Amino acid sequence: MENILLKDNVAEIEAYFAAGGYKPLKKALGLKPAEVIDEVKKSNLRGRGGAGFPCGLKWSFIPRDLEGPRYLVCNADEGEPGTFKDRELMLRNPHALLEGMAIAGYAIGAGHGYIYIRGEFAAETGVLDKAIAAARAKGFIGKNILGSGFNFEIFTHRGAGAYICGEETALLESLEGFTGQPRLKPPFPAIKGLFGSPTVINNVETLAAVPSIIEKGGDWYAAIGSGKSAGTKLFCVSGPVSRPGVYELPLGAPLRDLLEKNCGGMKPGRKLKAVIPGGSSTPVLTAEEAKAVKLDYESLAAAGSMLGSGAVIVIDESQCMVKLLQVLARFYHHESCGQCTPCREGCGWIEKLLNRFEEGRASRGDIDTLYSVADGMLGRTICPLADAMAMPVMSFVKKFRGEFEAHADGKICKGVRS
Amino acid sequence: MPFKFTEEFRARAEKICARYPRRDAALIPLLLEMQKEKGYIAEEGLDALALFLQIPYSRVKGVATFYTMFNHEPVGKYHLQVCRNISCHMAGSESLLGRLRGRLGIAEGETTRDGLFTLSAVECLGACGAAPVMQVNEKYFENLDEAKLDALLEELKHGRLPH
Repeated sequence: MENILLKDNVAEIEAYFAAGGYKPLKKALGLKPAEVIDEVKKSNLRGRGGAGFPCGLKWSFIPRDLEGPRYLVCNADEGEPGTFKDRELMLRNPHALLEGMAIAGYAIGAGHGYIYIRGEFAAETGVLDKAIAAARAKGFIGKNILGSGFNFEIFTHRGAGAYICGEETALLESLEGFTGQPRLKPPFPAIKGLFGSPTVINNVETLAAVPSIIEKGGDWYAAIGSGKSAGTKLFCVSGPVSRPGVYELPLGAPLRDLLEKNCGGMKPGRKLKAVIPGGSSTPVLTAEEAKAVKLDYESLAAAGSMLGSGAVIVIDESQCMVKLLQVLARFYHHESCGQCTPCREGCGWIEKLLNRFEEGRASRGDIDTLYSVADGMLGRTICPLADAMAMPVMSFVKKFRGEFEAHADGKICKGVRS
Repeated sequence: MPFKFTEEFRARAEKICARYPRRDAALIPLLLEMQKEKGYIAEEGLDALALFLQIPYSRVKGVATFYTMFNHEPVGKYHLQVCRNISCHMAGSESLLGRLRGRLGIAEGETTRDGLFTLSAVECLGACGAAPVMQVNEKYFENLDEAKLDALLEELKHGRLPH
């Protein structure tokens, strides 16, 4: 099928417009905001940042009768290890994002939209700023858009290197100029979000799908994909496959097809060992599980993992699972904001325990300790960063226990230990 | 000498503040702007920024030290930041880091004596399909191997940051 998100030669506004771009915005402005929300609800579009929350429902939580400003925030703080889809999307199709934001802004009654983009994406911020200026010059952003009376401004806002700011309430704190420590919920951002006002936060990929939904209808979009997992999804594949990169597929496509047809299979001489299907936080799948699973919310949940951000990390037989988990533990320990004890201390303990395995100082009992520390973190913190550490630990230990035992027994690790 | 913002910086900063209903929301963008000037943010600069935004110094200091992109000491002309997270690790980032340590004679977190290079190991840069990746100042270099790394270092030594 034709791509909805990843298109070629539409980065410039003239080309985007020539391909039908900004017509959906015009159409949306002719509808009532509630009708726009209904169309998105009908599409079954779900959040593409990782949580998979229904997009139209999220928009409908914004109170209609409250006085005062509302805000739209685009989460472009792409930082989940393995994830590089929003970067590609922003570079190749920036106007789909801006148009989606304008439509979303109209639907929820927002006057301002902020794109919170990770600080390292300096070039990408430049591309967006240029696109915003071009859209403003053509009257698609700014005052009285297309003569509708609707005013909407978009600003980019760079972060400064904190994974936690991808969590939506930490993002709001950061956008207000504070340290990125997640907020307790409730109140939810739809009631009390940015600057204390009702706020919707959507991922780049979610917003970029909106123009097509308005153009072709929610029913059209809902018919793509499989069952409750509607539409297409960007999958970013890294690891030793022949053609790593970002691919757009209908939800429900077999993971096997993504790896073999799109990515050209494993690199010569490499054998598949495991796949982390949805970013580093999601539970790992064995090669057997990976070959059988489909890429949608329900199938991956049934397989004990998650669709997450669509970051497919391919691991081959030359890799040591203990070492890879140590790499992840160092990351989560580094990125824990320090607010909740189970996360702050737990991530540290896990990293220290894994250092023990890697340095040949671990006993078999440490395997159970590792698992129980992770188990003690799960679901006990303000935000899901602790879960994001605990889930890989528990799945790595469960599925590759033999490698942890070999380390504990002092046997030479068969994997690469570079 | 007390730290003072230039008029040009103040004008630019006011424009950034105007994007938000509360001017202190511009704290992080302004820290980034300050870092752009000298590659790091001097302690006196934090104080000046607190006064400019009319917020406590403690908040500016807290934010400047929470986010890892802010440097508090001078860095080299080229800040080499090697990603070492999972995809880059599998693609050999450890050996690239080792090679850089050897070629430059410095460890992570250090700057060469001539002030040309600072070496850092960083977490996921969000370009995993092109692993291993290194960021030099604000630019990404992707699909690196030893030969490409050596060629890049040679260019940088001659003061050229390839496009």
